[in-house]
Amino acid sequence: MTSLNFPHAPGDGGGRRSLVKALDVYRSFGRTPALTGASLSVSKGEILAIMGPSGSGKSTLLHCLAGIFTPDSGEVWFDGQRLDTLSDAKRTELRRTAFGFVFQFGQLVPELTVTDNIALPLLLGRASRKAAYGAAESWLPRLDLDGVGRRRTGELSGGQAQRVALARALVARPQVLFADEPTGSLDTLTGELVMDLLVGSAREEGTTVVLVTHDARVAAYADREVLVRDGKVVDRSDAQVEVGQ
Amino acid sequence: MQNASLLGTRACSSHVYAQYLLLLYAPGVTVPLTLLGLLEREPSHGYDLKRDYDTYFGRGKPLPFGQVYATLGRLARDGKVIGGDAEPGAGPDRKRYTITEVGAHEIDDWLTQPVEPEPHLQTVLFAKVVLALMLGRPAESYLDTQRAAHLQRMRELTETKRTGGLMDALLADHGLFHLEADLRWIDVTSARLSALAELVRAT
Repeated sequence: MTSLNFPHAPGDGGGRRSLVKALDVYRSFGRTPALTGASLSVSKGEILAIMGPSGSGKSTLLHCLAGIFTPDSGEVWFDGQRLDTLSDAKRTELRRTAFGFVFQFGQLVPELTVTDNIALPLLLGRASRKAAYGAAESWLPRLDLDGVGRRRTGELSGGQAQRVALARALVARPQVLFADEPTGSLDTLTGELVMDLLVGSAREEGTTVVLVTHDARVAAYADREVLVRDGKVVDRSDAQVEVGQ
Repeated sequence: MQNASLLGTRACSSHVYAQYLLLLYAPGVTVPLTLLGLLEREPSHGYDLKRDYDTYFGRGKPLPFGQVYATLGRLARDGKVIGGDAEPGAGPDRKRYTITEVGAHEIDDWLTQPVEPEPHLQTVLFAKVVLALMLGRPAESYLDTQRAAHLQRMRELTETKRTGGLMDALLADHGLFHLEADLRWIDVTSARLSALAELVRAT
């Protein structure tokens, strides 16, 4: 019998400072409850995977943590400030300046080129064109996108599109990257490449990552995983797991 | 229950873990057949066979010289290889070994036959879940704990892939896919636990 000491205590990410937190969050859509008392804490610099079956509430939880949805009740905190009670305008500002997003289908702007798409968050933040495009172009080689900067995003493969989405999510150097099934539309090897780059870039930048996935191979890139079941968070990462017969 | 106990051994390094994987998931990779396969390429000395075995299959666990020569001796006894005359030089054995038709036939058979598909771990998991339900124990909690243990191993293997070479990555992939299959079974079983509990308690 071997004892596995998991590195993180529940909710505190191994003693590091909590950056994102949900406390007893409820959220319904009409009469359908999606979250029924979900609590979760993500530490600064941590890569956390939220897993769970379809309809378990994992994407709703991510949207609440990112301030896209407001909970019906409960609290959401980011970097010591209450997120769910902020005005829409302030939450939007926070999403633009402190958060980055990658979704299953890149959600790039098809009319724009690759570099335009990557520069977009900076341009929306009123950075100069020179600074925005300089930063955007610096991401192309980092994500193996050399030579595609002037292409329109409709001309890209799925893997390239997700790497562009990743560059766009990270170009403004967000504190937290929220990723919802970032490899869900990709084949295994392409998905691995995207995850290698996502995790590698996040670690280089010190970015905290909250990753929703139903795919265990994707979750295995994270430092820790939690399971959402019936709208609640199940965290076994504190378990002293006895592995044996 | 060898597989479960191997899975439970703490991995000290990626190479050690890769070796566990080899034992876990590639039990058909036997030393005699592997050496025979290497000999089919070209006649070789024991030293060369050991070097090639370690390069391609050892994964951090070198084959002892003693095992190489003992295996070659058994293969020669069974007519699968022929040892040439001893050549002058340092070392205990300077024979050049050549594969025979019998040995080549055995390799041909081995390489064309599929490995027996054996769902090792599921049977243990299944027994634990059913017994937990029979005994009124918290089966769901057990499955959650098992899921966490599987994911911990998957994290280690993913790190092996990220930091190792192609051979390590392929071995790690083999383990990852098997663990993923277990996890899918765990998820499906978790979803059906109520129905399974009724069935178990009714019989």
